[in-house]
Amino acid sequence: MTSILTVDDSASIRQAIKIALSGEGHSVVEAGNGAEGVAKADAGAFSLIITDLNMPVMDGLTMIRQLRAKPAHAGVPIIFLTTESDADIKAQAKAAGATGWLTKPFDPEQLVRIVKKVLAS
Amino acid sequence: MSLDDPVETFRQEARDLLEQIETDLLDMEHRPGDRALVDAVFRGLHTLKGSGAMFGFEALAAFTHHCETAFDRVRKGEVAATPELVSAVLAAQDHMRALAEGGEASQAEGEALLAALRRAVEGEGAAPVTAPEAAAATVWNIRIKLPADALVNGTRPLPLLDELRGLGPCEVSAIIDEVPTLEALTPAECHLGWNVVLTTEHPRSAIEDVFIFVIDEMILEIEEVAGAGAENDAPALAEDAPPPVEIAARAVKEPAAEAKASRGGDTVRVPAERLDELMDRVGELVIAQSRLEQVAANSAEPSLRAVSEEIERLAAELRNTMMVVRMVPIAQLFGRFRRLIHDLARDTGKAIEFITEGETTELDKTVIERLADPLIHLIRNAADHGLETPEARAAAGKAKTGVITLAARQAGAEVVITIADDGQGIDRDRVRRKAEDAGLVAPGATVSDQELLQFIFHPGFSTAQAVTNLSGRGVGMDVVKRTIEGLRGSIEVTSQPGEGSTISLRIPLTLAIIDGLLVRVGQGRYVIPLGAVEECVELSVEQDLRSTGRSLMTLRDRLVPFIRLRELFATGMAPDPHQKVVVVSTGQERVGLVVDQILGDHQTVIKSLSGFHADVATFSGATILGDGGVALILDVSHLVAAGQRQDAQMRAAG
Repeated sequence: MTSILTVDDSASIRQAIKIALSGEGHSVVEAGNGAEGVAKADAGAFSLIITDLNMPVMDGLTMIRQLRAKPAHAGVPIIFLTTESDADIKAQAKAAGATGWLTKPFDPEQLVRIVKKVLAS
Repeated sequence: MSLDDPVETFRQEARDLLEQIETDLLDMEHRPGDRALVDAVFRGLHTLKGSGAMFGFEALAAFTHHCETAFDRVRKGEVAATPELVSAVLAAQDHMRALAEGGEASQAEGEALLAALRRAVEGEGAAPVTAPEAAAATVWNIRIKLPADALVNGTRPLPLLDELRGLGPCEVSAIIDEVPTLEALTPAECHLGWNVVLTTEHPRSAIEDVFIFVIDEMILEIEEVAGAGAENDAPALAEDAPPPVEIAARAVKEPAAEAKASRGGDTVRVPAERLDELMDRVGELVIAQSRLEQVAANSAEPSLRAVSEEIERLAAELRNTMMVVRMVPIAQLFGRFRRLIHDLARDTGKAIEFITEGETTELDKTVIERLADPLIHLIRNAADHGLETPEARAAAGKAKTGVITLAARQAGAEVVITIADDGQGIDRDRVRRKAEDAGLVAPGATVSDQELLQFIFHPGFSTAQAVTNLSGRGVGMDVVKRTIEGLRGSIEVTSQPGEGSTISLRIPLTLAIIDGLLVRVGQGRYVIPLGAVEECVELSVEQDLRSTGRSLMTLRDRLVPFIRLRELFATGMAPDPHQKVVVVSTGQERVGLVVDQILGDHQTVIKSLSGFHADVATFSGATILGDGGVALILDVSHLVAAGQRQDAQMRAAG
């Protein structure tokens, strides 16, 4: 069973992700903002992190940068969720160390597929 | 309702987000330059849009998008958060709320709200918008071919094309050469390619950035079309250029901001009815436990007693924990009134400062819900009747801005909520005239100040000379009083002419379980809520005889009317030789209840009466006793009112 961390300030999105991925046999841990995300990532071993960008307390980009700065999380794939397919944001996220992205709204199958792909590589 | 339904979670989330956005917007009126607030509002709108689109609330997402865009510009410093903008977004809130609830929201209304929003944004930002320096637009031929597994991997072509369109006018045509025949087609694979002719002043790198995450796996050819660049008047996006507006120095960090931030935490949302069910079970347990206690008391078995005591302790703890679980901070309720004050200030043309205190005070959820309407009424009254116009205030040597303070604090098993204003106070002369006109008091009769003020709670009593849009229809204070008494609370009013009025509400923490005094009348047993009991005295036979027909007793030099429950309930039995009087009160009024015997205190789990008995006013509910018997719970406020009426009739009869 793989552990996946989902970081989003929107409870409904976290829930949708959890339902989709636990249906695939993954265990999903939730965090409500970037700071919580860093703390939970430090506390557990995750095969994948899915994060929103726009969050209170600590935004997704800062979280990705902080995680990438730590050797323990340097290799963990990170997918970010974005509402805008804004090139600028993508460039920033890629520079911060994100592996891929998914545009909201997405359907659960899409998420499952992208997770499969990322976990396989 | 399923907890596993993200759509339901989203609705709840949308409610919370909108409430938070509203709070932040109202704060913004006081601290227009606060970056943190602007960010918070933007983020709230953004989440609302994103999650809304996710769960099929397209109309909400589309509408919210416009508000978000406006705030994005504020965030970027392109426009200022003017009062007009804040008002426009506040007005749009209700529309968003309706869309989130899935109800029918009028599209025309939505359009009108958006138009107001646009006016608010452009009114501010219009001046600095100059056409962006006409960087020579270049025409690019772009060929895009995604890898076959692109769709499977979560890449979506449409947003990419939309993004290109964001760079400038596009002509898009699909390349369909590689689409296989139907039998060979795998639906999950991407067989299409696109040719795009893009006119933009952005450099090539901007185009490449669009494809940043797929660029390694795809075919992307970008060619400049030589000799083009004629169409310099390509519509420049208004959003692009204007210079930043200076943002005022950040306001001092407020403690409220921290309190809000800590709202997240590890919490579980539970539907209220489940809590009610649990409360019911706890109630049953308390009843079963008191039965066990009786059995144990009559038993010679020491171990049974030990177990019974253990269970008693556990049941008490469980009950206390349960009560705490049902408690929610009153901040939820207070937060709603800031909007009300905003609207009241606008409608009355008065300058109002709204101060809330003790927002962390907790109350039973049900109680909080039932407090909303009375509080709205009281706040309206304070704004409409209490506070004077800025001119009148200035003339009276007061600050132009009136202050309404809403405060809550816990006092023992009660929460005291006060609504205070620093307005003109209640006009005693006018109250007196009204009372005389209504025949409530004889002209010239001496009435104490407190008694005089109590008249405002009389049905149909309004001192407003003109019925305004807001209040003064005379359907108010009596309803407020009844609601508060229905919560087993009490209401008091104090007022200083020229200095303002204060209304205090005392509300019990919870409705589900009360401490009661168990009494016997005839053969029936009844519970009197202990909170209302002032004292118990004996009614001697001679006093009883002396007072026949008059039903008044002297208690420390004051006459207190009393009601013989034996007669009221028509027990048809001779009274006990040593009857007791339980003196109960609500606020200022007192009445004695004559009972046959006082049995002791009793933890009372309130069960409501069936619909058949809805119009029985004497009892507020029933409870089950330790021996399995039933005792009715007396409705003290009703009995006190009845006692006072009886007293008044008696006086009238001379």
